[in-house]
Amino acid sequence: MSVWDWEFTFADVLPQLLQVIHVTIGATIGAFAFALVGGLILALGRRSQKKWISWPTYGFIEFVRTTPPLVQLYFIFFVFPDLFGVALPAIVAGILGLGIHYSTYLSEVYRAGIESVPQGQWEAATALNFSPVQKWKSIILPQAIRPVVPVMGNYLIVLFKETPLLAAISVGELLGTAQSIGSSTFRYLEPITLVGLFFLLMSYPASLMIKRLELRLDLNRK
Amino acid sequence: MVETQDANALTAYNIQDKDPIVKYREIKKAFGDTEVLKGIDFDLYPGERVAIIGPSGSGKTTMARLLMTLEKPTSGTIEVDGRYLWHKEVKGQLVPADEKHLHEVRGDIGMVFQHFNLFPHMTILKNCTEAPVKALGLSKKEAEERAKEMLDKVGMLEKAKDYPASLSGGQQQRVAIARALVMRPKVMLFDEPTSALDPETVGEVLQVIKDIAKQGDMAMMLITHEMSFAHEVADRICFFDEGIIQEQGPPSQVFTQPKTERLQEFLKRFHMNGSS
Ligand SMILES: Nc1ncnc2c1ncn2[C@@H]1O[C@H](COP(=O)(O)OP(=O)(O)OP(=O)(O)O)[C@@H](O)[C@H]1O
Ligand SMILES: [Mg+2]
Repeated sequence: MSVWDWEFTFADVLPQLLQVIHVTIGATIGAFAFALVGGLILALGRRSQKKWISWPTYGFIEFVRTTPPLVQLYFIFFVFPDLFGVALPAIVAGILGLGIHYSTYLSEVYRAGIESVPQGQWEAATALNFSPVQKWKSIILPQAIRPVVPVMGNYLIVLFKETPLLAAISVGELLGTAQSIGSSTFRYLEPITLVGLFFLLMSYPASLMIKRLELRLDLNRK
Repeated sequence: MVETQDANALTAYNIQDKDPIVKYREIKKAFGDTEVLKGIDFDLYPGERVAIIGPSGSGKTTMARLLMTLEKPTSGTIEVDGRYLWHKEVKGQLVPADEKHLHEVRGDIGMVFQHFNLFPHMTILKNCTEAPVKALGLSKKEAEERAKEMLDKVGMLEKAKDYPASLSGGQQQRVAIARALVMRPKVMLFDEPTSALDPETVGEVLQVIKDIAKQGDMAMMLITHEMSFAHEVADRICFFDEGIIQEQGPPSQVFTQPKTERLQEFLKRFHMNGSS
């Protein structure tokens, strides 16, 4: 057996992997979009003056953050149907599971961003008679999000790298596909290596882009 | 009653012919155990310019912040143009105001802060149009016309497209004044508008405030440590100490014949005691 089989790589492995790339990318985008919205809702819920909102929100965040995402994925995929009688398609359960998990991370990011907005900005917004909703939309969130965009970007990359977890609930994403190629051909080297390369090729440029974004978003730049 | 006719006053007519635009009644404010305001009764008349002076920590800022709804009184009432600010009247009873009520009444009040508090993510023009569009419901065009007029008034129109970070402190404060004016409040609060500025830029901001005081009929409450400025601009001086108004009257009287010992002591520091 040769060490690296080019023919196998290009004729079998690559085409099969290319067919499922969209699953990995789609799950990443879907889960991240979910987390961007969910994280904001959790962050606002946690800040609420009403204890019956802020306490359960806090409890939820802590619970989700401190349990493994794989357990949560299993829960949504295997236990939900028993509890509620609805079986979610694997990809939906996967996006939901990762989305919820990353919502709790992003809620912390939003929180840090919101806390970085100086008190004077809130006061100026009140003095100009913005309604609470307008205050958040026009004044607070734009300033809160700007400095944390790079951190959010990093979470996007981490999330992307965690999508292989979805293989565990039978989502046909990259790593799961590579593994099944391996188990049917008894060759793991090429498929697994290609998957690794693919993640590298996506993550590295993304992290460079985040660096550039960081510079562009700096408000103190004159 | 306070006498506000004064040879120095900029306002020619007798201000107190009208009903007060702002009435503080028995206003108290405590932070935890410390009572900062110990019962304020204060009237501000339409178009009147009142300077609030007094030592640090005496409660001047707190008094203004209560009117701007940035702080809630512990007890007492404030009326703005005949409506309670912190209360609603429901079947003849006063109940605590909700955000909707505050929003309605607060529209009559504007404030200029010590640290300007411009919105750093918006251009100068946007700083001045965002609130009129979002809070007053003006069209973008109307808001821009108003904003440009006010920016012109404070001499900042050329900077309309710039961001706050590129301006000096004095320029930022002039923009902050324009931004507050665009809302056309009936009462404008200035909380030490020049005390965070480099000495070189204090003059330009004071000049802008003087110009505004000369025009229009907006009532002004000026918290300041600039005594000669207060003397020049104000119809009335209020001396604050230990959480109450210790003495008030027209500048000529307050600065030259202070009645209370506290005020005499206070003015000595500014070399404005009557004997000097
Ligand atoms: N949010 C707050 N929490 C606790 N104490 C406060 C708060 N705001 C003000 N104080 C206290 O209330 C007192 C009055 O403060 P205030 O800012 O009204 O004084 P001031 O007359 O404006 O003083 P200065 O001339 O220094 O601005 C001070 O002792 C201050 O420490
Ligand atoms: Mg103060």
